[in-house]
Amino acid sequence: MRHLLSTRDLSRDEAIAILDVAEDMADVAHREVRKLPALRGKTVVNLFFEDSTRTRISFEAAAKRLSADVINFSAKGSSVSKGESLKDTAQTLAAIGADAVVIRHGASGAPRVLANSDWIDAAIVNAGDGTHEHPTQALLDAFTIRRRLHGADSRGHDLDGVSVAIVGDILHSRVARSNAWLLTTLGASITFVAPATLLPIGIENWPVEVRYDLDIALAAKPDVVMMLRIQGERMHAAFFPSAREYSRIWGLDDERLAMLAADSIVMHPGPMNRGLEISAAAADSPRSTVREQVANGVSIRMAVLYLTLSGEGGKQ
Amino acid sequence: MTETILVRAVTLADGTSSDILVRDGRIAELGRAIFASADRLIDGAGLIALPGLVDLHTHLREPGFEQSETIFSGSRAAAIGGFTAVHAMANTSPVADTAGVVEQVMSLGDRHGYVTVRPIGAVTRGLEGQHLSEIGAMANSRAKVRVFSDDGKCVSDALLMRRALEYVKTFGGVIAQHAQEPRLTEGAQMNESTLSGELGLAGWPAVAEEAIIARDVLLAKHVGARLHVCHLSTAGSVEVVRWAKARGIDVTAEVTPHHLLLTEQLAANYDSRYKVNPPLRRDEDVRAVREGLADGTIDIIATDHAPHPVEAKDCEWEAAAFGMVGLESALSVVQASVVDTGLLDWADIARVFSKTPAAIGQLAGYAQGIAVGAPASFTLYDPSVSRVFEATQLRGKGVNSPYLSTTLPGRIMATFHRGYATVLDGELVDAETVAAAARAHDQAGAGRG
Repeated sequence: MRHLLSTRDLSRDEAIAILDVAEDMADVAHREVRKLPALRGKTVVNLFFEDSTRTRISFEAAAKRLSADVINFSAKGSSVSKGESLKDTAQTLAAIGADAVVIRHGASGAPRVLANSDWIDAAIVNAGDGTHEHPTQALLDAFTIRRRLHGADSRGHDLDGVSVAIVGDILHSRVARSNAWLLTTLGASITFVAPATLLPIGIENWPVEVRYDLDIALAAKPDVVMMLRIQGERMHAAFFPSAREYSRIWGLDDERLAMLAADSIVMHPGPMNRGLEISAAAADSPRSTVREQVANGVSIRMAVLYLTLSGEGGKQ
Repeated sequence: MTETILVRAVTLADGTSSDILVRDGRIAELGRAIFASADRLIDGAGLIALPGLVDLHTHLREPGFEQSETIFSGSRAAAIGGFTAVHAMANTSPVADTAGVVEQVMSLGDRHGYVTVRPIGAVTRGLEGQHLSEIGAMANSRAKVRVFSDDGKCVSDALLMRRALEYVKTFGGVIAQHAQEPRLTEGAQMNESTLSGELGLAGWPAVAEEAIIARDVLLAKHVGARLHVCHLSTAGSVEVVRWAKARGIDVTAEVTPHHLLLTEQLAANYDSRYKVNPPLRRDEDVRAVREGLADGTIDIIATDHAPHPVEAKDCEWEAAAFGMVGLESALSVVQASVVDTGLLDWADIARVFSKTPAAIGQLAGYAQGIAVGAPASFTLYDPSVSRVFEATQLRGKGVNSPYLSTTLPGRIMATFHRGYATVLDGELVDAETVAAAARAHDQAGAGRG
């Protein structure tokens, strides 16, 4: 694997291979010395044009557990905030000798532009670009679902027959996009649940079902309910009238939590707005995978850095 | 003394073969085997002679944005593309909203001499959409401005648009509207479609164009004014204009070469060379604008030549500027999209890319095309060649062409502006020679007058 830009680029076998390597990486976390020498001498740059402490520290922990050298480059307070271009920043990182660039950027497609450019030839890992994709989030979600279903025997399994409801601001969510491609590639069926204002035009051409009504979607007893963070500023742009109305119609409250099948799980990419899209009881219930998702994120990012930097995946 | 030029055995737009004799800046004679002495003899075998192309929509960037283009560099890009006249959009700095700016733009064009530069005046002061600019002063200036546009921005306020249509009518002009409802296109990056949703790029919906065109044709009808629609890009817009024309509303419409050839699919890799406003649309829109051009719903082709410095495109999509250069490639793209596909013939091209845009811009000398007595502004085009289009074929300052490394048909071999050559043997005539020829033409004209 040369880069990881989009889950849409992954075949079923490639996706399972990443999840399986992540299983190996997860085992490292239980050793006395939680460190592998795999990427010794490699330099990983976390290039974050948007603040995201959670994703950055997850990548940082992943790179360090593989013995890579890590440089954190935050655009805030750097030359970037004084108007330096993506091109100049990339060329600077190339000159420093970065082997991999983990990029978080507010502009959709920025990682793809970097990968297609001749500015830098490092491996590019998309850590979230605009409203486009967040592939490592989807991979860690798939990993988490697989572990809940298959436990220690997860290796080699896909998600055939698993039903997933993704609820909330689909329009602006890179998590929803990456999951739509990845989970369907792995055999799961996806239902998006949102008001029409928060669904993209042309959604009928996506490989997903769409429902406006959360209660009808939950009545189908999905195996997985994934709640997306809702951002308060959306209501100012008339996507919905008020947080209270949104919460009442599309929030996972205690009553809806009680409707779920006994073995279904509740996911959230974080950070959560407790009491808005998800109730405290739902977030803290045994169904909730929120903390597992964070732990699994490190394993997935280890796998992705390992596969892009060790050369094992070959050229794409 | 101006040159006498004899073009032998060229094919005219109507398909007939003819010689063309140019003397004193005008077409002196047409016909087979003209017997005359000439300073310059050109073999027209295999070439099509088209009347000089007239672009109603060009961004020359001067004054103010000379790092992108100047009147000189843009004039050269136009000449190598077969143009003999361009209309320079008003979104310069300062904005072309006073007589002083438009006269300056016109005289710089005259001095360089490659093409006639007709300034377009801003509809509103500073393109701010608040107050009418000094339309009367610009219309009555030496530049005799007849086309007014806030292009780049839409005159979105309905009352202001109504007043502009009425006021311009007073001076025999026309409003060229950039149809883009601003609220529906806040932050817009590409055509709103399934693809924009997948790419996570904010959508520029077709309805934002169609709703403004629908409103404007109704306003034009109400006040009895002329309306010109810039760079129409959607199937729905074609339908609205067709509806308006069927009701006798005085509306004309233009389409760009890139909207005749390219689709939104090109945005898939976030290559910002394909970022343009209005955005590239769907296949069915491309088909609809081609058909609209063929059936006369769309009156003209105009380039919307929009040069930008390299750094404005060498970046992520959302940070990139809108626009593409188009003068140098225009006729080749038109050939590929509507001539080679059998929708239009070369006589149609002469109409939609020379005669009618000149009529809309009230530019004299183009009504008859290549005819005895008419000013000798024409271009010789070889439609049989095929070439890989490269940056080396661009003559303006901008290299933001969407066609680089693609194969395009045809090549301009010579261009004549008012009787003197601006392009010969497929290459620009040098600036001093062209400027001297332009001065000689003007002095001869003054002497005769």
